[in-house]
Amino acid sequence: MITAPAVPEGEQQTLPIASNDDVVRARQLVRTLAQQCKLSLVDQTKLVTAASELARNTLVHGNGGTMRVGLVDKGGRRGVSAVFQDTGPGIPDLELALTDGWTSGGGMGLGLSGARRLTDEFAIDTEVGRGTVVTVVKWTR
Amino acid sequence: MAERQESERLVKLLSQQGDVLVGRWIEGVSHTLRGRLSVLELDRELRELYSALVEGLRAGGPDWRGEGWSEVRALLTELSRNRARQGFSPTETATAVFALKELLVPDTDTSQQDFAAYLELNRLVDALGLFTVETYSKTREEIIGAQAEQLLELSTPVVKLWDGVVAVPLVGTLDSARTQVVMEKLLQTLVDTGSEQAIIDITGVPAVDTEVAQHLLKTVVAARLMGAECTISGIRPQIAQTIVALGIQFGDIVTKATLADALKHALRRIGTSPEAAAATVRGAR
Ligand SMILES: Nc1ncnc2c1ncn2[C@@H]1O[C@H](COP(=O)(O)OP(=O)(O)O)[C@@H](O)[C@H]1O
Ligand SMILES: [Mg+2]
Repeated sequence: MITAPAVPEGEQQTLPIASNDDVVRARQLVRTLAQQCKLSLVDQTKLVTAASELARNTLVHGNGGTMRVGLVDKGGRRGVSAVFQDTGPGIPDLELALTDGWTSGGGMGLGLSGARRLTDEFAIDTEVGRGTVVTVVKWTR
Repeated sequence: MAERQESERLVKLLSQQGDVLVGRWIEGVSHTLRGRLSVLELDRELRELYSALVEGLRAGGPDWRGEGWSEVRALLTELSRNRARQGFSPTETATAVFALKELLVPDTDTSQQDFAAYLELNRLVDALGLFTVETYSKTREEIIGAQAEQLLELSTPVVKLWDGVVAVPLVGTLDSARTQVVMEKLLQTLVDTGSEQAIIDITGVPAVDTEVAQHLLKTVVAARLMGAECTISGIRPQIAQTIVALGIQFGDIVTKATLADALKHALRRIGTSPEAAAATVRGAR
């Protein structure tokens, strides 16, 4: 059975993602939390980069939305969880969207698949015409 | 029409002893600007405005948005823009216009007709004053926008490191607009300096995502089309691991650990030995 990734509970922050500046802010907020959580420098960079990709997808493909982030805890292990949500067109073929190099636009097609590799937990909930929710978690080692 | 009558009366009041009134107006305004604008300039500006105002009233009546007032609006626009550029405050700018009210302040001897004309002047001056403030703030916004752009330009210094070698250090969080500006500037500098080697140093970049990578790759390809070669330097370990995990391939692009390594490589490529270059630098000291 696949367990759903931890979502932020308790103290958390929600940012709108409606412009390029918001993507930069989202990235900065995730970095701050990753530092607070004492993730290693490599893991910080990986999480920040994944967040950058997902925030940009929310903006570009999902027509804007929100990012919700917070610290999570599982059996004494700490982590950072980020949830990217939009009410855009949804992803009709998830397997295709997660294929390296596949893009519906002019991108590199590595954001979604790359974000999955850069994080410890990764889940997508999407429905055509309804929108997309992507949840990621990075744990301390 | 009643307002028409008042406009005509106002024209009469402002024309009688017109010179005295203008003089008082100029003096009052110059006081608020405390010598930060030359008296000569202020004199010319306000005299022009005053005659345009009387002419506007005569030809256009009370409708200050109408055709007859176009000269007044043009002069006010010019005045507001100049003040905004010269760093005067919005209050200082608008006060020049509002001070017109002082010229016809009624007293106990004022006839009812003149009082009505004064109220009309008040109404007009209020409208023109607000028009001035609006133009002023539009100009300020334009200035701030232009400054932001300049800052963007300034914060992306493309430097010539050696004859034939240019470099750009990327620093801070890269958004799409900034990366675009940097890359365009780099390509332009390659042309302007006739250089064949470009170094993009990313030591100061905290994260490279697919968008930034795409800009980098496009720049390298564009430089190649121009007959130049790009080296990317300063890819720190955490960035390298992230790029690999993302699946980005830099292909046959030359990458170096440090800017110094990249410069050595570039010098060799243009046929200058790094040792000879170092000797030249020492000799020049
Ligand atoms: N939030 C989203 N809403 C709708 N479609 C999405 C969303 N995120 C990703 N996609 C789809 O998945 C594809 C692959 O995404 P990604 O790997 O980030 O590549 P890119 O953004 O470069 O196109 C996108 O081209 C897009 O069609
Ligand atoms: Mg993407």
